Amino acid sequence: MRVGIEQRLDRPRWLVVAVPVGSVVAAFVLAAIVLAVTGHNPVSTYKQLFEAGFLQQGSLTQTLTVATPLAFTGLAAAAAFRMKLYNIGAEGQMYMGTIVGAGAGLYFGGRGGPSVFVIGAMVIGGCLGGAGWALIPGVLRAFFNASEILTSLLLNYVAGLLLTYLIFESESYWRQTTGFNATVFPTSKPLPGSAIWPKWVLGLQGGLTVPLGAFLAVLCAALLWVAYRRTRFGFEVQVAGDSERAARYAGVRLRRKVLAVMALSGAIAGAGGASYVGDFSHALDGDPNGLQKLGYGYTGIVVAALGRYNPVAVVVIAFLLGGLENAGNTLQGVDFPAGLVGVVQGIILFSVLGGELLTRYRLRVTWRQHAPKPAPAPEAAA
Amino acid sequence: MPTTGPSVPAAGPAVVMRGITKRFPGVVANDHVDFEASPGEVHALLGENGAGKTTLCQVLSGLYRADEGEISVLGRPAAFGSPRDAIDAGVCMVHQHFHLVGRFTVAENLVLGDRRGAGRRFRIHPDAVDSQVRRLGERYRLPVDPRARVWQLSVGEQQRVEILKALYQDARVLILDEPTAVLTPEEADGLFVTLRDIAGEGRTVIFISHKLNEVKAVSDRVTVLRGGRNVGTVRAKDVTPRSLATLMVGRELEGPRTPARERARGEVLLDISGLWAEGDRGFPALKGVSLQVRAGEVVAVAGVAGNGQRELAETIAGVRPPTKGEVRVGAAVLKGGDPRSAFAAGVRYIPEDRLGTGVSPNLSVAMNLELRSFRRTSFGPLLRLRRMREGAQKAIAEFDIRAAAPETQAAHLSGGNVQKVVIAREFAGDLKVLVAASPTRGLDVAAVAMVHSYLLEAAASGAAVLLLSEDLGEVMALNDRIAVMYEGRLSEVADRGSLEEIAMRMAGGHPEDGQPDREPLEV
Repeated sequence: MRVGIEQRLDRPRWLVVAVPVGSVVAAFVLAAIVLAVTGHNPVSTYKQLFEAGFLQQGSLTQTLTVATPLAFTGLAAAAAFRMKLYNIGAEGQMYMGTIVGAGAGLYFGGRGGPSVFVIGAMVIGGCLGGAGWALIPGVLRAFFNASEILTSLLLNYVAGLLLTYLIFESESYWRQTTGFNATVFPTSKPLPGSAIWPKWVLGLQGGLTVPLGAFLAVLCAALLWVAYRRTRFGFEVQVAGDSERAARYAGVRLRRKVLAVMALSGAIAGAGGASYVGDFSHALDGDPNGLQKLGYGYTGIVVAALGRYNPVAVVVIAFLLGGLENAGNTLQGVDFPAGLVGVVQGIILFSVLGGELLTRYRLRVTWRQHAPKPAPAPEAAA
Repeated sequence: MPTTGPSVPAAGPAVVMRGITKRFPGVVANDHVDFEASPGEVHALLGENGAGKTTLCQVLSGLYRADEGEISVLGRPAAFGSPRDAIDAGVCMVHQHFHLVGRFTVAENLVLGDRRGAGRRFRIHPDAVDSQVRRLGERYRLPVDPRARVWQLSVGEQQRVEILKALYQDARVLILDEPTAVLTPEEADGLFVTLRDIAGEGRTVIFISHKLNEVKAVSDRVTVLRGGRNVGTVRAKDVTPRSLATLMVGRELEGPRTPARERARGEVLLDISGLWAEGDRGFPALKGVSLQVRAGEVVAVAGVAGNGQRELAETIAGVRPPTKGEVRVGAAVLKGGDPRSAFAAGVRYIPEDRLGTGVSPNLSVAMNLELRSFRRTSFGPLLRLRRMREGAQKAIAEFDIRAAAPETQAAHLSGGNVQKVVIAREFAGDLKVLVAASPTRGLDVAAVAMVHSYLLEAAASGAAVLLLSEDLGEVMALNDRIAVMYEGRLSEVADRGSLEEIAMRMAGGHPEDGQPDREPLEV
């Protein structure tokens, strides 16, 4: 028996659905083996995971707190990857979004402006922070042809250190300098009430809380979809992403397009940062074990890839992955090691991304004996 | 050591293919094709684009598996599951796009696929491999430096490496897919000598082409494919190019087109003066080109590839900024390096690189038809998708573009249909100056005729047409005036009927000097 791989010449529509679904099923089967080997009952573990992620009291609220930032970083990655600009700096751009967003919240909230105005300023500030940070690799790419992969990645560390510095190693505007706690341990200044983003409680699961950021992410996805499918800008991005020479011929100004797309991508990640501050942390999170440990920017790349850079799919995937992540956090305990959820997640990502291959190639199994080897090649030496 | 030297030709044919059928979605590429090639012969496979030549060879070389039919190679039945199996059986194919590792040296590329000789050993002895490569190169007149890195080699040299790779594997059957498409005429002549040598050793050379003259010149037998079927195998010396063309196209070709000499000449529409521009590597590729083309006139620019033709076309079209000089369309001076303003001034450009520049390969036909005009047809920043689709349907019908739907990706079209998309797009709107760079390269006879008639139609409608082509037949057939490009300079041919003068200028000489001053450089 021989198993070969052949390129598919056509891509039937059902495959686009069947392959991801099949991959997820395969992943759960594979993960079940891991669970069984480590002495867990796969069926009950899956049930627990699913309940903790999506069904149990308050689980959806928790899931949304993970899914919202993931949706932003996923959209940020998708926006850039569409043009084959591999911005993997959503992580750092998000940090910059939290810094500028929190700064705007503290400043305008402290002066007692109306909440709508303060929140608007935070969103705009977050976008500007992220876009500005993303423009650094953008400029380096557009004018010096430096790989945006490396520069955007390395800037993540710079942004992370800056974040920590602002709270722990300096007397910055973001740091709480008065009060008893602040003298014992460095803490960040809490946002004033008018800078806290509103939430809506739906009558689901005994009160499902939907943060403003979740709506913003969906709006963002819709705008991105329109921008890429139906506008001149999107047309140019698509051409530039497909063939640079064709783009130049079509009169696309490539440098500008690189800058615009990087800025757009960074702005989305930055908006995610603002949402993180306004919706969840309510202060600048400079703790190296806080926001920086969550790795939303990196997981966002996976979200974008799984959603095939389609903004609508990205939002859905962010929600599902958010649920899984949240379930892992909830279940972590004595008989449920933290690493296990990571393993399950890893297997899912691996098989879904690996399954992509099957949309382009097919496996061909040949049962009959292979034709006799012609030409008695000198194969004596082993 | 794989090269065992010429062996006694095996009795019977080297390759037998019976009833080969290969289907692709919506197309039958090969329809019960029978094919036979003998040891020691150069066997040409002739046919229009899409006739199934390449597919047949890809089946033979293990890249595709036939849906039906049988193959035997050197008397043994063969069912190749991969090119590896085919190579082990002695069948090697040199593809149109080379399969070489750019960063490796020539010798390393040769050893790479070798599972019998040096490639099997843990340590490679570079000197031994080098001398072997040199010996092979000398024997087959394929000189290449074994230590050279492949990315530094010209296309012609890379092709030599591909052929050497096949010979290094001791290929008994060597398949070449349109090998002359990337070569200068002199290089092609050299290749033909090599192919004869290889065949002289009892090996079989299968050679895909759609150029009648070279098929007639180099091969012993010719098999003609049409629409995926074998329409006949003939001895090359028994046929004329004309009868081959008839066999290939299935109808009598029209005689060579005589251009309308007395075509009304209008005012100067395209006026290039003292144009300098840099090539991709930063060296001057245009060195003071001046040229005027009048309305209704076709000026053909001949020349060996790489002498600045592409740069000239790109500079006029605004894709490449000039370093000196200017281009005028009518009275207006074009802004250098700005394709949009060139387009707005009425400059239309058919690029040499069809799939990749002329169209964006993974975008739809509808989008590609609007590739240059979407800014004008859109409603503010919003695209008018429905109008785009309707326009595409109209263009598909009008220009007979064989595409399933406006949404079909351009890459899925055949070469001729891609060119129709380009022409449909460039002919829309206000066409004043048409720059066509090798517009018929790689196209079949029918598509060539279609492109030519559009070029003449453009001139007839009062446009200034600048045709840059390496195909002298095309240059001779279409021109009102001929100029020759050599090392970035343009010189006009006084007697446009004199092939000798053109040839001499192409080699860098002037009729007064008598001799070409030196060989064209390969940079």
